[in-house]
Amino acid sequence: MADHEKQAAPQPSVHGLTPEEEKMRARRNRAIALGLAAFIVLVFAVTMLRLGGAATG
Amino acid sequence: MDADQSALADQPRPLAGETQALAGPGDYFALLKPRVMSLVIFTALVGMVAAPGSVHPALAIISLLAIAVGAGASGALNMWWDADIDAVMSRTAGRPIPSGLVPRSEAAAFGGFLSALSVALLALASNYLAAGLLAFTIFFYVVIYSMWLKRLTPQNIVIGGAAGALPPVVGWAAVSGSAPLEAWMLFAIIFLWTPPHFWALALFKQGDYARAGIPMMPNVKGDRSTRRQIFAYALALAAIGVLPFFVGMATIFYLGAASVLGAVFVWLSWRVLRAGAGDQGPAKKLFGFSIFYLFALFAAILIEQLAGLHG
Repeated sequence: MADHEKQAAPQPSVHGLTPEEEKMRARRNRAIALGLAAFIVLVFAVTMLRLGGAATG
Repeated sequence: MDADQSALADQPRPLAGETQALAGPGDYFALLKPRVMSLVIFTALVGMVAAPGSVHPALAIISLLAIAVGAGASGALNMWWDADIDAVMSRTAGRPIPSGLVPRSEAAAFGGFLSALSVALLALASNYLAAGLLAFTIFFYVVIYSMWLKRLTPQNIVIGGAAGALPPVVGWAAVSGSAPLEAWMLFAIIFLWTPPHFWALALFKQGDYARAGIPMMPNVKGDRSTRRQIFAYALALAAIGVLPFFVGMATIFYLGAASVLGAVFVWLSWRVLRAGAGDQGPAKKLFGFSIFYLFALFAAILIEQLAGLHG
């Protein structure tokens, strides 16, 4: 029973991270991607709004 | 081993063989000091609403977001620099760096990257004056306050308070492209509010600051001197708090609110002054009320602007 439990314990991946750490890293990567996408959208929106404002005087 | 190293040696570290979870997005968000950020957003918003002129609502929201990110970035840089003292203070020991979740180098990179991003975004969304003021705010908070004054002098939060007082001026500049006397009046309110707010905290967290070796006023000049200075600043704050009415920046509604709030602030400071040695109750009450005071005072400006009471 004890051996079985030992086998079920999370093992580090080839990257040296446990499944929990890999999950956390994936969440962090998603957050960075979302942040960058948000920044691009914001810069695009600002450019459009300012160009629009300049065009309408 | 110098003071900083001994402080770091005291911080909890994972035991040998104990795995420590990688930091998640929430830990990085915590680096931005969200509670401080909320005050910055609010005071900057009031500066924007009170400023003459108008901007596209979307540009105003993006500008406010840039100011908030800039404030958060300076918070992350502050946590990077102060990780050693955060580790020995009960109030800050749970922050992402001392708790071992985020490495210091990552916090520095995160804060530096967001600082540049926020200033660039504000320059795009509003104007160079607002962006320059935001850059100056970040520089002042990180370099002048955190790196230089905080560990040097008991006047640290008096001078360093300028950084926390700048957001309404940044907000004002973002809308109007200028920073006139009225904007600096909002600055003066927060500037004079900062010392009694932080000294009230320092009175009942003296042990924390002593352990960290931070020369806060009670640790350097003692309780009596600090209490006297809190009272003096409270009087100055109550006086400057009503000034927006007398320069035509606010209406009688604001005058009433500022008078009542200022009177309560002075009364609570008087109780701190008269409190017996070791009685921390009045200082705790003043600290709690000081947060409400600033929110309420700026809310009064916001309400009368939104309700069209002012001009």
